[in-house]
Amino acid sequence: MVMAKMVSAGLVLAGAKGNGGAEGAVTISQFGLPNGLDVVVIPDHRTPVVTHMIWYRAGAADEPRGKTGIAHFLEHLMFKGTKAHPEGEFSRTVAELGGEENAFTSSDYTAYFQRVAKEHLRTMMEFEADRMRGLVLTDAIVDPEREVVLEERRMRTDSVPVSQLGEAMTATAFVNHPYGAPIIGWKPEIEALNRADALAFYQRFYAPNNAILVVAGDVEPAEVKALAEDTYGKALPTPDLPLRMRAKEPQPVAARKVVLSDRRVEQPLLQRMYLAPSYATAKPGEAEALDVLAQAMGAQSTGRLNQRLVLERKLAVSASAWYAGTALDDHLFGIYAVPAQEVSLEQLEAALDEVLAEMAQGGFSDAELKRAKTRLVADAIYQRDSQSALARNFGAALTTGLTAAQVIEWPRLIERVSGEEVKEAFRWLEKKRSVTGYLTGTAS
Amino acid sequence: MTAKTIVATSAPARATSARKVVSPRGVEAWLVEDHANPLVAVQFAFTGGSSQDPQGKPGVAYLMSGMLDEGAGPYDSIAFHQRLEDLAIDLNFDAGRDYFTGTLKTLTQYRDEAFELLRLSLHEPRFEPEAMLRVKAQALSELRHEANEPNAIARNAFAAAGFPDHPYGLPQKGTLETVPQITRDDLEAYRAKAFARAELKIAVVGDIDERVLAEELDRVFADLPSRGELALVEHRVVRGGEKRNIDLPIPQSVIVFGLPGLARNDKDYVPAVVMNHILGGGSFTSRLWTEVREKRGLAYSVYSSLSPFKHGPILAGATSTKNERAYESISVITAEIKALSRDDVSADELEKAKKYLTGSYALRFDTSTKIARELLQAQLDDLGMDYFKHRNEEIAAVEARDIARVAKRLLDTKRMLIVIVGQPV
Repeated sequence: MVMAKMVSAGLVLAGAKGNGGAEGAVTISQFGLPNGLDVVVIPDHRTPVVTHMIWYRAGAADEPRGKTGIAHFLEHLMFKGTKAHPEGEFSRTVAELGGEENAFTSSDYTAYFQRVAKEHLRTMMEFEADRMRGLVLTDAIVDPEREVVLEERRMRTDSVPVSQLGEAMTATAFVNHPYGAPIIGWKPEIEALNRADALAFYQRFYAPNNAILVVAGDVEPAEVKALAEDTYGKALPTPDLPLRMRAKEPQPVAARKVVLSDRRVEQPLLQRMYLAPSYATAKPGEAEALDVLAQAMGAQSTGRLNQRLVLERKLAVSASAWYAGTALDDHLFGIYAVPAQEVSLEQLEAALDEVLAEMAQGGFSDAELKRAKTRLVADAIYQRDSQSALARNFGAALTTGLTAAQVIEWPRLIERVSGEEVKEAFRWLEKKRSVTGYLTGTAS
Repeated sequence: MTAKTIVATSAPARATSARKVVSPRGVEAWLVEDHANPLVAVQFAFTGGSSQDPQGKPGVAYLMSGMLDEGAGPYDSIAFHQRLEDLAIDLNFDAGRDYFTGTLKTLTQYRDEAFELLRLSLHEPRFEPEAMLRVKAQALSELRHEANEPNAIARNAFAAAGFPDHPYGLPQKGTLETVPQITRDDLEAYRAKAFARAELKIAVVGDIDERVLAEELDRVFADLPSRGELALVEHRVVRGGEKRNIDLPIPQSVIVFGLPGLARNDKDYVPAVVMNHILGGGSFTSRLWTEVREKRGLAYSVYSSLSPFKHGPILAGATSTKNERAYESISVITAEIKALSRDDVSADELEKAKKYLTGSYALRFDTSTKIARELLQAQLDDLGMDYFKHRNEEIAAVEARDIARVAKRLLDTKRMLIVIVGQPV
């Protein structure tokens, strides 16, 4: 099962009128059930297929102290069975119906989905509603799955130096907030996770009043409403749902540096992460400005970093930037650069700081800004072609403190970002807010 | 016994609306019109791919895929990229073993400009020295990054062991030694021999009608030479019966395994698809998934798949297991392959596999890009435009004895090639 870590990409969505040129926007329906379940329906009648997703407002940042990895471990265990449908019956049914399924865990949410022919939507909703409250776990089920998660960690992180650097940098970027812990968990804590931990997290967070149902595809809102009432509507809400109060991250005062040296590394690289507001914590327009900034600075070929560091000064073979703004609390803005041969990371970092200073001082040309915004808005229109991409965007937004209206409004807000606002966004890129990471083959 | 399965034999509606469009000058494409969103997706492929790299210079086709958008016609590299970005046009190229592919995605309002940029990239690429150096530096940086990346090492080692002295045995991205030697002339020579109308297939989906598409096909593709001069690639059966260990200090062993597969036009190919689904196909119910992951917790991922390469088809799979249990994983996988070659599959297991394969077919057609990919692949595989209508019937007709026949034909563990990267103990 996939573990999604948020990187780049804002809330790309919907089509506004503008230089992207597409008229109209995505039409969605939104309603709630009496037990607190929020529902979003995104009709797309081109193919007789639906994407059915349930999103929980619970992710790695909601874990109790000392239990890193439990949100993700639970995600795995959710496939094991319930009283009504034991031993993987759900997955067997999905497969028999020709469906695809998976799940992913992020810092702020955990989501489960199936993609099936539309006539099977009810069956999926019945199973998923049952699994919201009916999970059954035994040690015989939990123990081998813990090994699977440890293998997943070995595969994604422990065998991959660049992932190890990313993990170390994130842990350094957040001095207090749980975003600093890896979503998959720290190894010694994963090893100690057990059945009781999983059930405690499940009982605390998996409830209709802490979930969002997103259905996209060849279906009408009224039909989804009736089905949802029949299935999820029967699940009892949790009366004293805990508030998502995480440890507070202080404003940073000290620039930090993380060096990972490993003899396996033959291609060094430079990374930087800055603590920055997210869409949920930013003042109006600030997060949009950060998205435009990441694009104007970091676009693959036309971004300013590529222009200066790769094309002109030939100090790097590639350079890019990202903004992970889809988060409930302050999150990260990042830069990534691969040095040219014979260029040291120190040299590259010094040049990067010069280019950043130049941009902070002089801002961007109108052409650069227009290009960045055109791309962001166009990507939103391209996404309208994919029901599952749309479903994911709404789910991620609604579990990180945003509304569906904000998602639909997003392209218009991007177009409204001014050059002055982009310049202003450089206040989040002060060195003292940052962690710089070096990946090297030998100690440097 | 006939198949008693009641399967969803309904065909994917959007694909069955495909039409063949022939331009005034004779360029053919398959088109699915869809005006729901203001975008057009194009996918095309030239036969060739990296197996047409010149002798001693692997990596030419791959480098080419990075050079075609580095300036063309009146635009230098920067201007070309700015033009693409100003209009939010996605233009990408890629080189596989057998095909050199291109994709174009544009908003309707910039369709004209998008096709023009595609035309320029195919007919008038500049291949300027500065851009060559830069793109080669990027390719070399990727190769250095992959030098100790276990999956890349395993992939390359598997190819080298399975296809010695054959283009399939060479690394597609080239090597640290060969990439610096690639010249502009190599790219031009590749272009001349592979970018030809006889080698070309095109699929288009989205907000464009037949008349406009016909004009664009002529503009972009009609002036290509009618025939290429592809080198003859020898047919090979992947060489197996061997286990190769490659030492790498990581906590987990990456295991790649493979056997000879089947050509796409083999009469047993469809039963082989069903067989592979049962063995290690893409749902959480395959035998490998159940035995390796669910029961024993040996790995996060384990799968097998059919790759019907034109000159040496394979059935290959992979997993990753901590070093202490790597050999246990290999034993379990080998035992499952043996069991499937020996024992008939049950009626129930067969029925479930067929239901999955037929039921999930529609999921491949829910975005324009995915539909274009299917339309292109059906042309490359020479399946005919009717294929989308009868594909599910072909799957539904597979019987247990077909599986038994194809399993005996393919699943001979003595012929397995296994590559292990890590420090298994």
